[in-house]
Amino acid sequence: MTIMTKPEAGSAPQDTEHFLSVRDLYVQFATEDGTVKAVDGLSFDLDRGRTLGIVGESGSGKSVSNMAILGLHNPRNTTIKGSISLDGQEIVGASDKTLQRLRGNKMAMIFQDSLTALSPYYTVGRQIAEPYMKHTGASKKAARARAVEMLAKVGIPHPQSRVDDYPHQFSGGMRQRAMIAMALVCDPDLVIADEPTTALDVTVQAQILDLLKDLQQETGTAIILITHDLGVIADTADDVVVMYSGRVVERGSVRDILKTPEHPYAWGLLGSIPRLSAPVDVPLMPIPGSPPSLLNPPPGCPFEARCAFSEHVPDNRCVTERPLLPPGRGSACHLTPEQKQTLFDEQIKPRLS
Amino acid sequence: MLRFLTRRVLGAIVILLLISLVTYLLFFVLPADPAQLACGKNCSDPNILQSIRERMGLNQPILEQYWNFMRGIFVGRKMPDGQNCPAPCFGYSFADSQMIWPELKDRYPTTLSLAVGGSAAFLIIGVGLGLMAAWQQGKTFDRVASSISLIGNSVQIYFIGPLAIALFVNNLGWLHNGSDPDWGSHPLASLNGLILPCLVMSVIFWSNYSRQTRSLMVEQLGEDHIRTARAKGMGSKYVFFRYALRGAAASIITIFGIDLGSVFGGAIITEATFNLHGLGMLSVQAVAKEDLPMEMAVMLIGATAIVVFNIIVDAAYALIDPRIRLA
Repeated sequence: MTIMTKPEAGSAPQDTEHFLSVRDLYVQFATEDGTVKAVDGLSFDLDRGRTLGIVGESGSGKSVSNMAILGLHNPRNTTIKGSISLDGQEIVGASDKTLQRLRGNKMAMIFQDSLTALSPYYTVGRQIAEPYMKHTGASKKAARARAVEMLAKVGIPHPQSRVDDYPHQFSGGMRQRAMIAMALVCDPDLVIADEPTTALDVTVQAQILDLLKDLQQETGTAIILITHDLGVIADTADDVVVMYSGRVVERGSVRDILKTPEHPYAWGLLGSIPRLSAPVDVPLMPIPGSPPSLLNPPPGCPFEARCAFSEHVPDNRCVTERPLLPPGRGSACHLTPEQKQTLFDEQIKPRLS
Repeated sequence: MLRFLTRRVLGAIVILLLISLVTYLLFFVLPADPAQLACGKNCSDPNILQSIRERMGLNQPILEQYWNFMRGIFVGRKMPDGQNCPAPCFGYSFADSQMIWPELKDRYPTTLSLAVGGSAAFLIIGVGLGLMAAWQQGKTFDRVASSISLIGNSVQIYFIGPLAIALFVNNLGWLHNGSDPDWGSHPLASLNGLILPCLVMSVIFWSNYSRQTRSLMVEQLGEDHIRTARAKGMGSKYVFFRYALRGAAASIITIFGIDLGSVFGGAIITEATFNLHGLGMLSVQAVAKEDLPMEMAVMLIGATAIVVFNIIVDAAYALIDPRIRLA
């Protein structure tokens, strides 16, 4: 949180203008069974030099919403509504050409599984050099030198010779580093890291996260970190949004979310993390049930069916009425702030320490 | 790459030796007595048969005969009856007592040209159609191409061959009727005479290739590394041809390698349809006349062609997929 925000070039018209602004984003897929509402009214902001963590379980719309930021969805079966503004440039509905100019240049993505996410047919060096040549117009030779430089930067030993290796000749951790080198080759202002460490073992995971943090300090990049690992979030993020069923259910600083979470879903996420300091005979508390169908989402709170606290809300409102997310720090839940406070202090906190 | 190729070539030589051995042994395992076949129908005198055996060298040990036969192919040999047979020597035909190689030499260009030309035609047309369908996935062209493929897949060479001759040669006059090529002295006429047979032969193949190419491309386009390439800002065409096609090409080449045998089979049917004089007709006649040396020679040449083409396919495959090269 102490990372300096890069001053905007020129003058920002209002102080509320953010580098990346997602407003009421809806992403829907047409399938044979009906319309899948994968992202259902998502809003968040991100400034330069900051890291936003997006947490949620599989299918909560984390990756889908970020693919939308890059404009990677197939327009034939996808409907995208709302607004995504990157440094004043509107992404939703932008032409293919505009998007191609932005992708890999101003915004880049680090994918999860580096074995399938890198092409097996081209050398690592070529795959890193390609976007550099395209976006900066550099020569083949300059791009190759840049690829070597990037490989060295992400800590690949002997980059001079490894640049000509194919992805299958790299180890998993090295491939992920190469992936990061590829994303950062054009010094993007926004990096979306989609579970960058999920496939890696814990020591490599820590190295990769450190690497991302170092590179951010160096260039003031804004980072979106998608993960379902709250440990990763605790290490790297400044702000956090918790997604559930295509929506944000809670928003706050990393400290807010980890120390005083408000939404029962966030409580559940925290409760299902094993702790080294906890007594071994106390069982973990998984969240019961599974997320609702995105084809026919329930009219009320999507978490209602799995929520242990809905009886504290009068008039069955959890079933009939969709809770709204207040602006700023807050959660989309019908419980009153006092109820949240009491329930958390009495029932959740003792289990977490 | 060089080591890979050396390994493949050495393997191919072993395979060819085995094939030649098995073929040669078949010669003796078959119920028919070669001497009897060489002699003809009204030949029951044991003395005559014995003299034929001696003249053909059939009284020598089998392995020695095989050795002489193989040596004859590479360096030529003196036949047991004293006649000189220059390399490559496949012996004499039972049917007309002529040397076999000049006959083969006369005919193999037709079959080879058909196989190569037909393959080129169905690869270009089939893969091209498949690529266009994949590019236009779900749109009208895609659906039309799929239907055409289905029709192409369900016709036969000997059915569309005469139809094509009637339409393109006799009525419209756009193309020449099929004729045997003579690349040395009439290259242009050779080409003209092969266009229609190659196109007709390609029909039964390209429908398959267009469907395979389309589905392979659609599959490739859904791969993670395609998404990565797009996320880097690479253009759709670039991603389509450089990334997706590269992946699909490896599989297309594999299918082509498997199809090689059918390609030669198709060439033989095409020869018959267009009344061309290639190896196919030759081997059919040889079987009908129980001309064993001719059958053996055609079989060996066919096997060699398929093994050689397979090496080329393997090399192409290794060029496309670095994981094969280094394995």
